[in-house]
Amino acid sequence: MLEIKNISKTFNAGTINEKRALKNVSLTLNDGDFVTVIGGNGAGKSTLLNAICGTWRVDEGEIIIDGKDVTLTAEHKRAKYLGRVFQDPMMGTAADMEIQENLALAKRRGKKRGLGWGISKNEREEYRELLATLGLGLEDRMTSKVGLLSGGQRQAVTLLMAAMAEPKLLLLDEHTAALDPKTAEKVLEITEEIVNKNHLTTLMITHNMRDAIKHGNRLIMMHEGRVIVDVCGEEKKNLTVEDLLEMFNRASGKEFASDRAMLS
Amino acid sequence: MEHLFGALPGAVSLGLIWGIMAIGVYITFKILAISDLTVDGSICTGAAVCTMLMTAGVDPWVSMLCATLAGGLCGLVTGLLHTVLDIPAILAGILTQLALWSINLKIMGQANRPLSARNFPVIITQMKTEEAIFTLVLIAGAIIGLLYWFFGTELGCSIRATGCNINMSRAQGINTELNKVLGLMISNGLVALSGALLAQYQGFADVNMGRGAIVIGLAAIVIGETAFAKIARNFAVRLCGVLLGGVIYYVVYQVIVFLGIDTDLLKMLSAVVVAIFLGVPNLKKKYFSKVSKKRAKEAGENA
Repeated sequence: MLEIKNISKTFNAGTINEKRALKNVSLTLNDGDFVTVIGGNGAGKSTLLNAICGTWRVDEGEIIIDGKDVTLTAEHKRAKYLGRVFQDPMMGTAADMEIQENLALAKRRGKKRGLGWGISKNEREEYRELLATLGLGLEDRMTSKVGLLSGGQRQAVTLLMAAMAEPKLLLLDEHTAALDPKTAEKVLEITEEIVNKNHLTTLMITHNMRDAIKHGNRLIMMHEGRVIVDVCGEEKKNLTVEDLLEMFNRASGKEFASDRAMLS
Repeated sequence: MEHLFGALPGAVSLGLIWGIMAIGVYITFKILAISDLTVDGSICTGAAVCTMLMTAGVDPWVSMLCATLAGGLCGLVTGLLHTVLDIPAILAGILTQLALWSINLKIMGQANRPLSARNFPVIITQMKTEEAIFTLVLIAGAIIGLLYWFFGTELGCSIRATGCNINMSRAQGINTELNKVLGLMISNGLVALSGALLAQYQGFADVNMGRGAIVIGLAAIVIGETAFAKIARNFAVRLCGVLLGGVIYYVVYQVIVFLGIDTDLLKMLSAVVVAIFLGVPNLKKKYFSKVSKKRAKEAGENA
């Protein structure tokens, strides 16, 4: 479903702030994989996701989604293969637009936007049912501006949007990091439901090791722009946080240095 | 007093013309969140194109359509400077505006051109203000209806999304660069149309007629928003508010003239009014947040 071949990215090349964010990263995701990504600050997790999305072009390597080489494809064109949820709940939805309008925007991802109505009557009914599955009561607030919702509600709506229009790949960039623990748990629950219901191939960045172990069928750990651990199947299921720390120390030759990750 | 009431229909028709201009500004400033300074030039481009075509005997409606298209072209230039060359929008607008000053001179061949209602079939004139108001209300109504429809379409929604949240828009596959260019074209098209109307109404086009246009447009927007904040939830109602904002601006202008205040000061007053309206909400956020209120209260109690 996703093939990343040897990609590299350096920011501010040739300056004092030069940062080699990705170093020859290769990664292949099979159809239906749910991969969790962990790593300390600056490990290259978000950079990897942005490379897949096409926020900028990679310096080297190839990115292939569903058999199509998208290495040079513009971000908005790539979007038709991708469902994205950002870390910042404000970033995934248009605050000044209605809930139903946001969903309608997502439904048209990858399609031509012409002079037909931005949202049709049939769609409203469809969205009402879709929103009802969240169990947050949003189905009765379809014409409310998204800006009036809480962070957790906005992430839930963004998840629904990301899963619309049949994406090949769902990309979650620490999408629960800005939420309180209870809301984060609820949003993760919704994530599981949506991923299972739509059989989505998923890449989820998290700073929470327990979440990384609990969710998905495969786990990768990044460090200094490289993938240093890649486990799946039974081995992944039986992991503990201690195992992960041990693996990190062995693979990187350093102590795991992110307090945020360790304490979670 | 009689003089004041006598001047009111004129103020209202001028206000409607500038209100249409302000609706154009609304599209960039409010919907796309871009401050576009092209308008100071494109309003004159509209006036110049319309005047020259009508002088050459072209039908006024055809002339106005051409003026609108010329305005769209001005917006296209700013849009391409901004999106293709990555020049900040405000600077891109200034560049186009400066270039337009020369272009407008070349279109007219001289600094100003008469368009007398006596010699040409103008659709509005300050000689017949009541008729002008009627015609302008119809035109403005048609424009608001058209925009209301357009911003409800798939394309229109995607333009609104672009202005609201550009990251989200790209993630949803929206071509944000194209949308910015489109928005700038529509906006400047409307501005040029109002320029064409203004030239007919006042009977001439002048290369300096656009100076400070952006400020008048912004003034109409902030007045309209403030006056109709409570009821203006619907998009069409909000556009009507902007239109009426233009009218209020010119009625107040007329009152100031009546009171005998030096008209040389009016542009400065406009700038001050817009600065206050744009700045006060920000000041409120900064200094009248809950925390600062609480602190102020504590300070008061301790004293």
